Amino acid sequence: MFETLGNRLQSVFDGLQRRGKLTEADVDKAMREVRLALLEADVNFKVVKNFVNRVRERAVGQEVMRSLTPGQQVVKIVHEELIRTLGEPGRLNLGLQSPAVIMLVGLQGAGKTTMAAKLALHLRKQGRRPLLVAADVYRPAAVDQLQTLGRQIDIPVYSEGTAASPVDISANAVKHAISTGATTVILDTAGRLNIDEMMMDEIKAIKARVNPIETLLVADAMTGQEAVRVASDFHEAVQLTGLIMTKIDGDARGGAAISMREVTGVPIKFLGTGEKLSDIEVFHPDRLANRILGMGDVLTLIEKAQAEIDQEEAQRAGERLLEGKFDLEDFLKQMQQIKKMGPIGQLLEMVPGMNKMAKDVDLSQAQQELKRIEAIIQSMTPEERRNPKIIKASRKKRIAAGSGTTVQDVNALLRQFREMQRLMKQLKRGRGRGLGSLFGRF
Amino acid sequence: MFKSIRESLTRTRQAVFGQIVNVLGMGEITEETWEDLEALLVQADVGVPTTMALVDTLRERVEREGLFRAEQLLAALKEELRAILNSDAPFELEGKRLLTVVMVVGVNGSGKTTSIGKLAYHYKQKGRKVMLVAGDTFRAAAIDQLKIWGQRADVPVIASQPGADPAAITYDGIRAARARGYDLLFIDTAGRLHTKYNLMKELEKVYGVCRKSVHNAPHEVLLVLDAPTGQNALVQAAKFKESVHATGVVLTKLDSTAKGGMVFAIYRELGLPVRFIGTGEGIQDLAPFDPDQFVEGLFERN
Repeated sequence: MFETLGNRLQSVFDGLQRRGKLTEADVDKAMREVRLALLEADVNFKVVKNFVNRVRERAVGQEVMRSLTPGQQVVKIVHEELIRTLGEPGRLNLGLQSPAVIMLVGLQGAGKTTMAAKLALHLRKQGRRPLLVAADVYRPAAVDQLQTLGRQIDIPVYSEGTAASPVDISANAVKHAISTGATTVILDTAGRLNIDEMMMDEIKAIKARVNPIETLLVADAMTGQEAVRVASDFHEAVQLTGLIMTKIDGDARGGAAISMREVTGVPIKFLGTGEKLSDIEVFHPDRLANRILGMGDVLTLIEKAQAEIDQEEAQRAGERLLEGKFDLEDFLKQMQQIKKMGPIGQLLEMVPGMNKMAKDVDLSQAQQELKRIEAIIQSMTPEERRNPKIIKASRKKRIAAGSGTTVQDVNALLRQFREMQRLMKQLKRGRGRGLGSLFGRF
Repeated sequence: MFKSIRESLTRTRQAVFGQIVNVLGMGEITEETWEDLEALLVQADVGVPTTMALVDTLRERVEREGLFRAEQLLAALKEELRAILNSDAPFELEGKRLLTVVMVVGVNGSGKTTSIGKLAYHYKQKGRKVMLVAGDTFRAAAIDQLKIWGQRADVPVIASQPGADPAAITYDGIRAARARGYDLLFIDTAGRLHTKYNLMKELEKVYGVCRKSVHNAPHEVLLVLDAPTGQNALVQAAKFKESVHATGVVLTKLDSTAKGGMVFAIYRELGLPVRFIGTGEGIQDLAPFDPDQFVEGLFERN
C-alpha cells in the first residue's frame, strides 16, 4: 500500500542523495516533486501546500546546508513532518464507565459494518465484552449483514429490525448492554452523505442520546480530494474522536489519511487491512510514514509473523537451522507459514528496500512459483526431502512427472535450496546481509 | 431525467467548478489565472497528468487563437473537457439479441448491488425482461440485499447459498434466463480490491462462464466507481479492464460533494465510457450519462 507515493519520493531523494550539497534550487526541485507526489496520492491540495511549506521552511535553513548528507537530511525532515502530520499512535479511549459506547459514522460504502465486526473482535481479544448494534435501518439487508458477521465471530448483535428509529435503537441497546453485562457497545450507523442534513441530524441525535465516548469516522483510503470536506463536515456535526481508514490493503496511495488527519486534528486509530474479520491494525504513524517513504515496515511484518506463525514450529525450524539440519521438509513448512501471512507482495513491501522490488516482480507469477515449489517438494519421498543429495536423474524424472513440472524446474529448486543452505551458513557465521537477502530467495 | 443530473451536480458546481467560473469569469488571462485553473482542476480529482495536459493544450490554444480574455479561456476549457468525454464504443447493453449478459464489478463499497437494483428497475420500465444473479456469495447478507432490490424492481433473482461458487451460480443464472425467456441478465459480483490476485482470478472465472455459455457474452462489463474515489479510480479501471475487459463505468454517489473528475482520466487513458450515474438512494436515482450535460452542468452558474 502507498507504494507509489513511497516510490515517487524515493526517486526524488535518490537523486538528492547522489549529490554532495544541497542548493536552494535543489530543495525547490525536490519540493516540486514532493508536491506532485502528494497530489497524485490524493492528499488534499491545501494540505499539500501547508505540508510542503513546512518542509521547505525547515529544509532551506542552515540545518540542511551544513549537514554532511543533505539528501538524507531532507528525507528525514519529510519523514518527521509526515509523522507529525499523521499524528500520535491511535489508542481507543474507552474510559472507566461501563458500557463504553463507540459510534461509527461515515459515507455509504466506507466499510462501517465490516469495521464494526472487526472492532468487536479486536476488543474481545483485549478482554472486553462487546455488543454490536444494528442502527442502519435504511440500506437493504444491513441488519442481516451485521447479524451474520456477529454469528461468525460469536458476538451478540442488538437489533430492532428496520421499523424503529436509529436513535431509539441505540438508546435501547445501551440499556440492553447494561442488563446483559456487555462492557462495550459498538453502534453501526447507516452510511450517509455529509451534505444530507436530515441524516446528519440523525447522528447528532444519536450522539446526544447515548453520549458515545468514541465517535469514529470510517473512511475509505481511496478517497480523493473530497476527504477534507467529508471529514470536516462529520467533525462539525458530531465532534469526532478518531478516524479509521479502510481498504488500505489496496494500492490507493492513501493521501486521504493525511488530509483527514490534518483537517480534523483527531487521531487515526485503526486501519482495515483485508477481507477477514481479523484484518484490523492499530495505527502507527511512524510505520505509515516509513512505508510512505519506502523505508519498509519491519515491525508490522514481525507482528504479522508472530500472529500467524506457529511459534513452536518456528522455534524447531530455527534450531534445526542452527544445527545445519535444515532440509526440504523444513523448507516446505516455512513456505507454508509464509503463505499464511498473506500475499507475497504485501509482505515484500514491508521489508526495507524491497518495496521497489515488490512493484517490479510479477507477483502473481511469484505466487505461482510458490505453488510449483510446493508441488515439487510434495512429490519427493521423505527420504529425498531429508537428504536432497540423493536426488539424481531418475528420481528427478519421477519428481517432475509427479508434480507436473519439468526436470529443469526440479533442478532449479534444488539449486535454490543449495543456495539457501549456503546463505544459512553465512547467516550462522554472522556474514548474512539480513532479512532482505533471505527474502530474496523466494 | 437530465434534471436529476443537474441537481446532483449542483454541489460540484458550487464546490469547485463554480470557482472556476469565478476565476475565469472576468478580466484578462494572467499567470495567476493559470495557477488557479490548475489548482481547481486538481481539487476536482481530475488528477495531475490530465490537469497538466489540459493546461498545456489550453496554453497552446490561447497562443494560437489569440485568446486574451478569461471567459474565452472558459469556453475553450469546456470544449477540451467535452472532447475528452468522447467514446465511439457501442453500448452493447442495449443491443438486440436473445439474451444480453451484463457483469457488474468493482471494489468493495462502490455501490454494485444498489446500482444493479436501479439498473433492473430502469430496464424493466423500458420493457426489458430483466433477471438478476446474486454472484456476491462472500459478503454477509449481500444475497438478501440483492433480493430486496429484486422485489423493489419486481424482477426475479437467481441466488444460491453464501459461500457458493460465483461461477456456478452465474451458470445457473444464464440457464434460468434462457429457460424462462428473459433477455437481460445482470450478474452481481462480490466487491474486490483489484490488487487481490485470487479474487480477480475468481472474477475471470465468472467472465469465462459467461463467455462459454452465451455467444459474445458478457456483452457489457460495467465497473462501478464511486465519485468520492480519488486517483486510484484510474488504477482500478485499468485492472478491471485488463482482467475482465470492463466496457463501461457506472459512476455512483454523484449526489455527494465529490466531483467525479477522475472520469476524465479514465476516458483519456483507458477510453472507458461512463454509461450511468447514480444520484441517490432511491430506485429511480439513476440516469444515463450525458457528456454534454455533464460538462455543461459543471459550469452552470446558479
